[in-house]
Amino acid sequence: MKIPATFDETTGGSALRKTIAGLFKSNIREYGMLIALIAIMIFFQIRTDGILMKPVNITNLVLQNSYVIIMALGMLLIIVSGWIDLSVGSVAAFVGAIAGVLIVKNHMNYGLAIVLCLGIGALIGAWQGYWVAYVKIPAFIVTLAGMLIFRGLTLVMVRGESIGPFPVGFQKLSAGFIPDFFKMEGFHLTTMLIGVIVSVILIYFDLRTRRNQQKYGFEVTPFYFSVVKQIAITAAVMGFSYLMASYKGIPNVLVILFPFIVVYAFVTNQTVIGRRIYALGGNEKAARLSGVNTPRLLFYTFVNMGALAALAGLIVAARLNSATPNAGEGFELDVIAACFIGGASASGGIGTIIGAVVGAFFIGVMNNGMSILGVGIDWQQAIKGFVLLLAVFFDVYNKNKSV
Amino acid sequence: MSDVILEMRNITKTFPGVKALDNVTFSVKQGEIHALVGENGAGKSTLMKVLSGVYPFGSYEGEIYFEGNECKFQNINQSEEVGLVIIHQELALIPYLSIAENLFLGNERSRFGVVDWNESILKTKELLNRVGLNESPNTLITNMGVGKQQLVEIAKALAKKVKLHILDEPTASLNETDSEKLLQLLLQFKAHGIASILISHKLSEVSKVADSITILRDGATIETLDAHKDVITEDRIIRGMVGRDLTHRFPPRESKIGETIFEVRDWNAYHPLHEDRKVSNNVNIHVRKGEVVGIAGLMGAGRTELAMSIFGRAYGTRISGTVLKNGKEIDVSSIDKAIANGIAYATEDRKAYGLILIEQIKDNITLANLEEVSDVGVINEPRELTVTREYRDKLNIKCSSILQLAVNLSGGNQQKVVLSKWLFANPDILILDEPTRGIDVGAKYEIYTIINRLASEGKGIIMISSELPEILGVCDRIYVMRDGKIVGEMPAEDASQEKIMMHIMRKQEVTQ
Repeated sequence: MKIPATFDETTGGSALRKTIAGLFKSNIREYGMLIALIAIMIFFQIRTDGILMKPVNITNLVLQNSYVIIMALGMLLIIVSGWIDLSVGSVAAFVGAIAGVLIVKNHMNYGLAIVLCLGIGALIGAWQGYWVAYVKIPAFIVTLAGMLIFRGLTLVMVRGESIGPFPVGFQKLSAGFIPDFFKMEGFHLTTMLIGVIVSVILIYFDLRTRRNQQKYGFEVTPFYFSVVKQIAITAAVMGFSYLMASYKGIPNVLVILFPFIVVYAFVTNQTVIGRRIYALGGNEKAARLSGVNTPRLLFYTFVNMGALAALAGLIVAARLNSATPNAGEGFELDVIAACFIGGASASGGIGTIIGAVVGAFFIGVMNNGMSILGVGIDWQQAIKGFVLLLAVFFDVYNKNKSV
Repeated sequence: MSDVILEMRNITKTFPGVKALDNVTFSVKQGEIHALVGENGAGKSTLMKVLSGVYPFGSYEGEIYFEGNECKFQNINQSEEVGLVIIHQELALIPYLSIAENLFLGNERSRFGVVDWNESILKTKELLNRVGLNESPNTLITNMGVGKQQLVEIAKALAKKVKLHILDEPTASLNETDSEKLLQLLLQFKAHGIASILISHKLSEVSKVADSITILRDGATIETLDAHKDVITEDRIIRGMVGRDLTHRFPPRESKIGETIFEVRDWNAYHPLHEDRKVSNNVNIHVRKGEVVGIAGLMGAGRTELAMSIFGRAYGTRISGTVLKNGKEIDVSSIDKAIANGIAYATEDRKAYGLILIEQIKDNITLANLEEVSDVGVINEPRELTVTREYRDKLNIKCSSILQLAVNLSGGNQQKVVLSKWLFANPDILILDEPTRGIDVGAKYEIYTIINRLASEGKGIIMISSELPEILGVCDRIYVMRDGKIVGEMPAEDASQEKIMMHIMRKQEVTQ
């Protein structure tokens, strides 16, 4: 009796170790960046004596990075399909300038102006998509040209000055917060409530996925792992909600941002279009020979990017309360870096929306943390460059190891 | 003249799952033209790659002696150093450089790293003279015809003080006058004591210039004929190339052939870049329900181009002709329309054109028919899993899970994934392009079984294959294609390898 028992114990123990190691290994791409994000948050939290996680700073972090995240959603699709878009910063500035001219100078209704601007963004995307998808000029060149063209046109539109201020309603796009239905003093209870609802929804979907996987006989992660994961996610959501509730509540921009993230994650994971974009980036010829209209798909990927860049441009204009000639300068680099840090592959076919969002927050936390510490803009750039290289190296290293 | 310059002893080269060369022995005498013939895949190119160091010493078994010394080449440079120069089927010239620059590429006439242009030009003129090419050394390669480019390649070999030339299908893309010129050049070299190995499918050329002929089949040396002693006829060579046992390599099948299901009429297509080159020339083919139709021919005969131009114009320009299914004309102007009309094309190059290697087996199988596993554009994952598992079991795809990435499968299993994809698209006509290329014998048998099953389900199947035994073993009817034209058609019971080969080889003398 004794020997089998020990035997069982040891095999049980090694199997457990194996699964933990295996889980970590197989999910390193998925969780690696998240762990890095948490690590860097802890690092800056300590170095800034707790300023990083102050409610006002966390809210600022969201506001500062909302447009990077929005553009990263579109950029991820472009990178997954195997290309790149260098023009997004200029396009955002250009659309902001148009908004300035329409709303401030011509007193157009800002609702109408927003719709118009998004349309113009989509048209710009169509213009670039046409050259890339149908004329087959490499996107690097087309969008490098776009970067110059739309920066130049921005200068033409604003004539070298800032146009502002925008009406209060337009500013709310970026500066406002959702109303509190409970009117509690110093605490935004609605925000907390939304946090609870989101947590419950997340847990429900995770359990459903698990059940489905089991139903179809797939190996699922051990239940304790799932529980730990859920506790961690719930804690993060609740903590985040608490911090924002302690300040002014959920910013309007997050109300825009969150559904966008959910919708884009859904589209990439669960829909025919998403599957085709990954196929296009994974092997364009094979996708084409499987009946995917690859040029059209690529074209619409750029249209989508243009519209999202326009939305980002509007949010930036609302946040600065003016359309300026150099708005959005260097955004493209943060956006592209966010995608790569989030695990997207430069050769296409690989990358996730959640990864890009985590990547954007990673860059955001670095920008924010280094600014609080008083690191100069010069060193900030250099450090960001190294981090980007390191992240991609990590990814390439892992990929080589797994093949 | 009878000294042996090159001797390859007991060469064996294996690739994962395939023995490409099996104990091959091959020797070339000083100053002779030695022809190397065999079917596609017989191992000719592999043998030459072993010889020239493309496959370095150690990656094969056996010994190579050149001028009496044992050679252990690690790369092409080392083999070129001793005077062994290979001229590849695909020309290795750089189009936007001049003749002179190409001739001395990697071998530049220079002093302290600075190119000596005067000497280069002078030397180029001399070499061009030797190969009889009247062009300025500054002419860009891109502005010259293929025939002249071939001569530049030879001049390049001469620049390297060559002792043994290896020419891999040198006349494949040349017209008759250029071919003749090239053969004369080989004879001229022979007079100067330079030996040549000539790989060619054009048996008329071989019997014209070769001193000896070595026949390879299935990676083994069959025989070496001496043109001065033996009586060499094309029939004699062809018999050596194809003769082999056909039993038990193909599953038996009873054909139940019905009405004509698919027909291509007056099909013409041109090369996408060289717009005056016709890749499909007035092709008329048809397939009946439950019939397996083979298209035989050499590489470059235009079979893949024909199939792809039919399949939604995936290849070629200025395409004309009509496609009929069940007697009614159908629209195949784009790939999705072709698929919607029940046509499927499984590519010859599964890695480049057939699979998304970095994706899961499941994603690859459903890619051509995502509508079937989705509701209003949202993928129904349970249904997708059920379907893909069904195909895994039906086609016996060996994998740890259908979530495994396609890149990690063996060639045979990858091919089954490609087939699954097309079966799931539920076509009525399947065009299979080299469906068994590069996979082992066991997997081949399984693929043949699948083909038989599809035919018995009443589908029409077109199989393109360069392996004649396969065509004979699987098909009901056979078309022979050459230079974009259908040059022969025969029912399988009348066909033999010799007969098909005759059509492929002989026709070219008649037509040229």
